Amino acid sequence: MKIELQEIHKSFGPVHANEGICLTIPPGTIMGILGENGAGKSTLMKILSGSIHADGGRILLDGHDASIQTPSDAIRDGIGMLHQDPLDFPPMRVIDSFLSGHPSGLFPRKSAAVQALLDLEERFDFSIEPEAYVEALTVGERQQLEILRLLWLGVNALILDEPTTGISALQKEKLFTALRRLAQEGSTVIFVSHKLEEVEELCDHVAVLRSGQLVGEAEPPFHTDQLVKMMFGKMISLGGRRAAEVGAPALELSGVSVEDHRLRVSDVNLQVRSGEVIGLAGMEGSGQRLFLRACAGLTRPVSGRIRIRGRDLTGKGYRAFLRQGIAFLPGSRLEEGLISGLTLTEHFTLAQERRGLLIDRRACHGLAEGRISDFNIHGQPGSTVESLSGGNQQRALLALLKSPLSLLLMEHPTRGLDIESVVWIWGKLRERRLQGTAIIFISSDLEEILLYSDRILVFFGGRVSQPLGASATTVDHLGQLIGGAGWDTFDQERVP
Amino acid sequence: MNDGTRWAGLGFRLAAVLLALIVTTIILVLAGAPPLEAYRLILVGSLGSMRNLANVLVAWAPLLLATSGLLITFSAGLWNIGIEGQIALGAILTTGALRTFETSTVSPALVIGLSILAGALGGALWAALIGALKTFGGVNEIFGGLGMNFVATALTIWLIFGPWKRPGTGSMSGTEPFPQHLWLPQIGDLRLSWHALVVAVVGIALVYLLLNGTHFGLRLKAVGKNARAAFLMGIPTSGYMMLAFLLCGALAGLAGALQVTAVYHRLIPAISSGYGFLGLMVAMLVNYQALWAAPVAFFFAALNIGSIQLPLVLKLDSLLSGVMQGTLVLFVLAMEGVRQHFMTRKH
Repeated sequence: MKIELQEIHKSFGPVHANEGICLTIPPGTIMGILGENGAGKSTLMKILSGSIHADGGRILLDGHDASIQTPSDAIRDGIGMLHQDPLDFPPMRVIDSFLSGHPSGLFPRKSAAVQALLDLEERFDFSIEPEAYVEALTVGERQQLEILRLLWLGVNALILDEPTTGISALQKEKLFTALRRLAQEGSTVIFVSHKLEEVEELCDHVAVLRSGQLVGEAEPPFHTDQLVKMMFGKMISLGGRRAAEVGAPALELSGVSVEDHRLRVSDVNLQVRSGEVIGLAGMEGSGQRLFLRACAGLTRPVSGRIRIRGRDLTGKGYRAFLRQGIAFLPGSRLEEGLISGLTLTEHFTLAQERRGLLIDRRACHGLAEGRISDFNIHGQPGSTVESLSGGNQQRALLALLKSPLSLLLMEHPTRGLDIESVVWIWGKLRERRLQGTAIIFISSDLEEILLYSDRILVFFGGRVSQPLGASATTVDHLGQLIGGAGWDTFDQERVP
Repeated sequence: MNDGTRWAGLGFRLAAVLLALIVTTIILVLAGAPPLEAYRLILVGSLGSMRNLANVLVAWAPLLLATSGLLITFSAGLWNIGIEGQIALGAILTTGALRTFETSTVSPALVIGLSILAGALGGALWAALIGALKTFGGVNEIFGGLGMNFVATALTIWLIFGPWKRPGTGSMSGTEPFPQHLWLPQIGDLRLSWHALVVAVVGIALVYLLLNGTHFGLRLKAVGKNARAAFLMGIPTSGYMMLAFLLCGALAGLAGALQVTAVYHRLIPAISSGYGFLGLMVAMLVNYQALWAAPVAFFFAALNIGSIQLPLVLKLDSLLSGVMQGTLVLFVLAMEGVRQHFMTRKH
């Protein structure tokens, strides 16, 4: 099926996620969609698969106007999407999950469905037991099941969103073989990824998105440098870096391994001194979030030891970490950082060290007014946090931090903010740093990481690089590393 | 909130009351009863005489206590469905304490006081079980509470027909009534006791202060509105949820203690009179704000008492008051949804 996207526009509030994207995908091809986080890849794919609506633009399928309002419309038109987290039902049996969504009437014919599933498995050399429970499958098998389900529904354009996260190398090979086969048989495959190597290996054609716009297309043979440049834009000159005046170790990690259901970060050794800033680079879901949460005591490492200010806190809970002077700033401000429905004053009252039983309203109001003006928050003491803009919410989060802190851990401290706010926030963080606070932060903005860190750790699929000196690194180099290229130098270094 | 939205909010509430009245009227007409006469009976039955008013206040005190307890658990984001069982356990422990000291020489005032405290303790412990099931066992408090309610009912019935049965055979009318010196003193020949009223008013006042003026209350609200963020701010969320259960249980236990010491003077099978569930409705109706709990609880108590007249005069079931209360809550919640829909549309 030939898919044509014409002038697709989509905004989320002030963010223009897709700005007039035009893209044609011929039948029988594997199309790669490349771009960093927030480039607009997922938005575009969700529009095509019907889970969100475009503000403007047209979708043509084989030259005909398609009206795709819901995911079931998309499937009716032959477009199916494999989401990053498989949309299946873990407590159900494989065959029931396979059947769900199939318009087969009140009493589904299970035996026919089992036969269909087995036939499809044979075609693609997958092996999933129909009577097994979905939760017992690996992520890779759940993905295979979802692909087969979509094909059974008659899909002939398959969108895959970062499908290789959390699956084994063998399953990846099987997946790629299956995708090539689908393309040969005339189906269209859209492969969304940030992994350069995989895109180069698999795709017949690549489109690169950046900040909501289509910035370029490429065909094999691909040139990695050129793709990186398209993804991250041109390099900026770095200036104003200051050498860290570092003190005693604030955080020491020895042989720390952390894991969740899809990823394992193994054997990290790191010493962070007070006053030092460490930037964590990597595509979302590469392990940096897991790592940061382990440093905060929110995730217990499976092995290794964590010391804060020289005190061994291995296996202790978050509150023990807090008592040692750490602070954790979550990336999702309204979900984990602030409490919707409470006012700024109430937040500052909550965050202060508890004094007595009764709330001293006047003192708390004064405290709030002081912090609001110190941190340049556009809001009143009585404003609820959800009524503030994103930048002001972020400033409020920073204003809630206690003083002094030994270690400050932040997820995306400046995501979604304008340049002015970013500069302002880093000014505040620099003050903290001069007071001896060590800072570790995650950012998807490589320039921000290069500009404000002393050392950088790059994450890729759970692998962690050696700490890189920020002054000796470039955006290009980081771009390659987070895309999975150029890691062999580390491997060579590791060999004694 | 500016004046415009406040008036709009009030308008939606009034519309909800009106709709509830219309639906109830339709039900009355369908039942073949004269609606106006029914409403008149309810009004006279609740406020028509000193005795009727006193009866309303007799119901109001335990209902208000249950409601104040629920305001605490709602603040912490918890649905304490188990409150009925907590009232029953309060009544059971109060009865147990009274029975223990019934024949002793301790002063009656002290015995009554201790028994009421025992009731508060009983309610708190019953709630603590639900809290522990939630915190350590991962059992949702709604399921835990529902289960514990059944256990509490079974326990009450077993006591009435077993260990605490009347001389001779046990009866659904409850245990043997206590002698009058173990009752809370009454006003004249009314069933009303000043002490019960004072306990209820002090209870709601303390809860108001707790939720609106203390660090504890603010933290509780933080836990209820966003437990994850509260935890990241360093608030021990499970501890606060547990405390919310304990406090609510204690207030529910007090309600049960009043049912025994001030109203029935014995343990009866339906000792909670359904005030726990009614309290849930009151709390929802006042949008979890302590300030309005007292008048709305009074209104509900008046409906309950007033509708006793319906079966006597019109041969209607007295459960009609339940229908009115239920439709009222449903319409207020529905209108709140409609209001929010329109407000967000405008933005």
